[in-house]
Amino acid sequence: MTEPTTKAAAPSAGKPVATDPATGRVEREFTVKDRSQFQQTMRRFLRHKLAVGSLIVFLLLVLFAFVGPHLWKYQYTTITPDNSVPPSMKHPFGTDNLGHDMFAQVLRGLQQSIKVALSIALIATVGGTLWGTISGYYKGFVDNALMRFADLILTIPSLALAAALANNFSGSWWIIAIILGGLAAPYVGRVVRGMVLSIREREYVEAARALGASDIRIMLRHLVPNAFAVVVVNATLLVASGILAETSLSFLGFGVRPPDTSLGVLITLGQGAVNTRPWLFYFPGLFIILVALTVNFLGDGLRDALDPQQTRQRR
Amino acid sequence: MTVKTNIQLGRSESDPDVLLEVENLTVSFPTDDGVVNAVRGVSYQLRRGEAMGIVGESGSGKSVSSLAVMGLLPKSARVSGSIRFQGESLLGKSENQYAEIRGNKISMIFQDPLTSLNPVYTVGYQLAEAVLAHNDVSKQGAHDRAVELLRLVGIPFPEQRVSNYPHEMSGGMRQRVVIAIAMANNPDVIIADEPTTALDVTVQAQVLEALEAARAETGAALVLITHDLGVIAGHAERICVMYAGKLVEVGSIDDIFYRPRMPYALGLLGSLPRLDSSSKQRLTPITGAPPSLVNLPAGCPFTPRCPLAQDVCEENEPNLVATDSSAHLAACHFHEKLVGVSARQLFSTTSADPDLIDSADQEVAQ
Amino acid sequence: MLAYTIRRVLISVPVLLGSTILVFIMVKLSGDPLESIKLRNPPPPPQTIKLEEHRLGLDQSWPLQYWNWLKGLVLHGNFGAAVQPSDNIGSEIGSHLWVTMRLVFFSVLIALILAIITGVLSAVKQYSALDYTTTFFGFLFLSMPVFWFAVLLKSWGIWYNQNVSANTFYTIGDKSVVLENDTTWGHITDVAGHMVLPTIVLGLAGYAGWTRFTRASMLEVLNSDHVRLARAKGLRSRKVLVRHALRNALIPLTTVTALDIAALLGGAILTETVFQWQGMGALFVQSLRDKDAHLMMGWLLVSATIVILFNLIADLLYGVLDPRIRHA
Repeated sequence: MTEPTTKAAAPSAGKPVATDPATGRVEREFTVKDRSQFQQTMRRFLRHKLAVGSLIVFLLLVLFAFVGPHLWKYQYTTITPDNSVPPSMKHPFGTDNLGHDMFAQVLRGLQQSIKVALSIALIATVGGTLWGTISGYYKGFVDNALMRFADLILTIPSLALAAALANNFSGSWWIIAIILGGLAAPYVGRVVRGMVLSIREREYVEAARALGASDIRIMLRHLVPNAFAVVVVNATLLVASGILAETSLSFLGFGVRPPDTSLGVLITLGQGAVNTRPWLFYFPGLFIILVALTVNFLGDGLRDALDPQQTRQRR
Repeated sequence: MTVKTNIQLGRSESDPDVLLEVENLTVSFPTDDGVVNAVRGVSYQLRRGEAMGIVGESGSGKSVSSLAVMGLLPKSARVSGSIRFQGESLLGKSENQYAEIRGNKISMIFQDPLTSLNPVYTVGYQLAEAVLAHNDVSKQGAHDRAVELLRLVGIPFPEQRVSNYPHEMSGGMRQRVVIAIAMANNPDVIIADEPTTALDVTVQAQVLEALEAARAETGAALVLITHDLGVIAGHAERICVMYAGKLVEVGSIDDIFYRPRMPYALGLLGSLPRLDSSSKQRLTPITGAPPSLVNLPAGCPFTPRCPLAQDVCEENEPNLVATDSSAHLAACHFHEKLVGVSARQLFSTTSADPDLIDSADQEVAQ
Repeated sequence: MLAYTIRRVLISVPVLLGSTILVFIMVKLSGDPLESIKLRNPPPPPQTIKLEEHRLGLDQSWPLQYWNWLKGLVLHGNFGAAVQPSDNIGSEIGSHLWVTMRLVFFSVLIALILAIITGVLSAVKQYSALDYTTTFFGFLFLSMPVFWFAVLLKSWGIWYNQNVSANTFYTIGDKSVVLENDTTWGHITDVAGHMVLPTIVLGLAGYAGWTRFTRASMLEVLNSDHVRLARAKGLRSRKVLVRHALRNALIPLTTVTALDIAALLGGAILTETVFQWQGMGALFVQSLRDKDAHLMMGWLLVSATIVILFNLIADLLYGVLDPRIRHA
């Protein structure tokens, strides 16, 4: 990671930092408080209003998706006597031709899609970080083998690969998550490897090695924490691409499958009715965009906060 | 020069020798922590053919004040005061109006030669570009001039080197190319911002030689920015010492080196290893660090590090005033107390050396 | 430069070979091609299944199957037997590929032109209204599912057609089934008309990421030392912007574009499905429905080849744009 640029002067030994109570003299050397790296990152992030707003909206969406179904009067499987009614007080998002309440359907779809997206991000990040760290740290044959394999996966459209793999399974959400997460791991692996390659040449890693630190220790104590910023930003953006990948796969018919539902399944079912019963198509789509958009903004804010060199001078 | 009186202003306007006149220049940057006052009221004049040095620690505002002259500050910078070149005000010029002066009348050499040149073009192309920007010559003519310029700055085999890419050259050679670009249009002023700092000591001399060659060829006035007093001593006639965004002492080489009147300048000299003094003398560091330029309190910014500090230093920031001559100015309430004082008397050495304590005591006692 | 090109081409051969092995294993894991026959009611006689297995080469061991497939492909250009006995995989892929590639090509072209223009403008006018607008739309298209946008645009097209009572936008198929104006020019305009909406959809999908990248890349270069020197030389701002900033900012964009081609092919599958094109997307969905191993392998191999080809072009372009690579 790049060192944060601090406007405060480097502290010098033996100088009091605040007002000296004995003399009442103002200490002039430090007019800017010395902050820890975490505090600085937090400050930078909190100033990014769009990112903070996005985080709040995203958390509300998650709450909505997981708590909502328990509070709402209809289950997503409930068949109500109202067929194909437009949005009303009773059915805020309307109903489909079978009488399913779309609000309950969207709640369930959102829940499934968020579950898949978060799992994809988790699997890809953990897998990719391991992949990249091992590859970058050992270099040589291991690195070559792991990276060539990553290249192979990256040469094939991952949507096609995911569809081919998912074709053989029933559409349960965790299988979709494992497949899509696994296919996203090489991306993360490549990024992390690049980081590791540059960090491993730094003096402090050499110093640790000279002191007899084991490979595992160096990896866990020096390499992983330093690649942290990049990994966190990537993980956030993976949630956004994850939800898009899940819905795309479901749209083609190889992701989550009815009777279970996801936002992608809802759009697939609603696409034929886009001109006649638009609520079936627009509501699930708007929720996908909302999730992906907030997560993308969040990732952008995190990148700014964790990598201050890019946006040093804000107007 | 910096005391703003009507008499001095009147004189400078009528003086055809004054090329560049900076008056009460302030530059500030809004940042996350508040406004950074990088330059706080700097005034100086540069005469035709003159070589002036600006010394100071990093962050003292010496680079920023020069970038302001070139109009190359980032958009977020707030600049006020006046910068005049041959009587013409530079501040407020549009980017393209400024472009006619840059590289043509005033040119600049930057610190890091490894990143200063564009990696995707040959050095010949980049040199010719500078020539073509201000002259109505053919491409062949510009190319020939590029070869000639490379020869002038001492690059061997310039006919072949002209088609090299920057990455095919060493750091010292690249800096000489940058110097060649700076002299391409026979400018009146060359500003060199730490031209040797990023280079090996062995290469520094060659680069300074190239700089001298450029001056000799163009007759340009030089503003040499550095933190290296050794470089200044050999290449400048006049020195401005900068601290915390202000000039704190101005004078000739002899004034500053032998009769400094500001504790900071004195401290700088004390931290410089010298061959002409006895080998037993220790270097005297200035303890502490320069102040942050955000929310600078009233008073002299050097107060916390100054051994002479009194209550008045906390309250009033001293102005530059004439000392032993009208050309030697210092900004210190107690500049008179510094007459004949050596750095070792004012600042303590880092660690006590038993052999030296006695003699040092004797010296103070005298 | 020639040595560099040859080296890059040679490196891509083992990658391609490796991807066929990977694809083979993936396909083998993806299901049994004879599933639909076996599940027939009444069940077909074992003899029929045996014959089918033999025709598709399923009675051999995996390595032998792979070897035979590879041998057939390299020596005879034969992609293997299809589950639908009447289909020839090679020619099927050929005709569908053409449909998809023209979509991808024009989408990339439009997306790149738009991305570079808006990316440069928003970097130059950082924090202006234009910058915020571009950034917002960049993020919006980045966050929008391709197929949702496709359905949306298609429905708008239909709605518009209904309102003006004319067939202004083509919303179904890659070309008309019956063509009134049966000339070459008629065919070209017909195909171009069908391409309008899908190209917009796929183009904007690629545009979103690239404009963000161009902006970031430009900002970095604009703050670089060499741009400062270019300005210090007294070059006009337009010249600084084009010759020294954009020229350098384009270098990393070539790599990013090439890396995104695989994702764009995925987007093409979705777009084609929505607009019911007979392209690679439809072919792929068919191969999955039929669990047609040979068709799937042929498909994946061809798309891998395209991705590798684009990467190769990007590598060569990188070499042209950046002398440090060329001379290395």
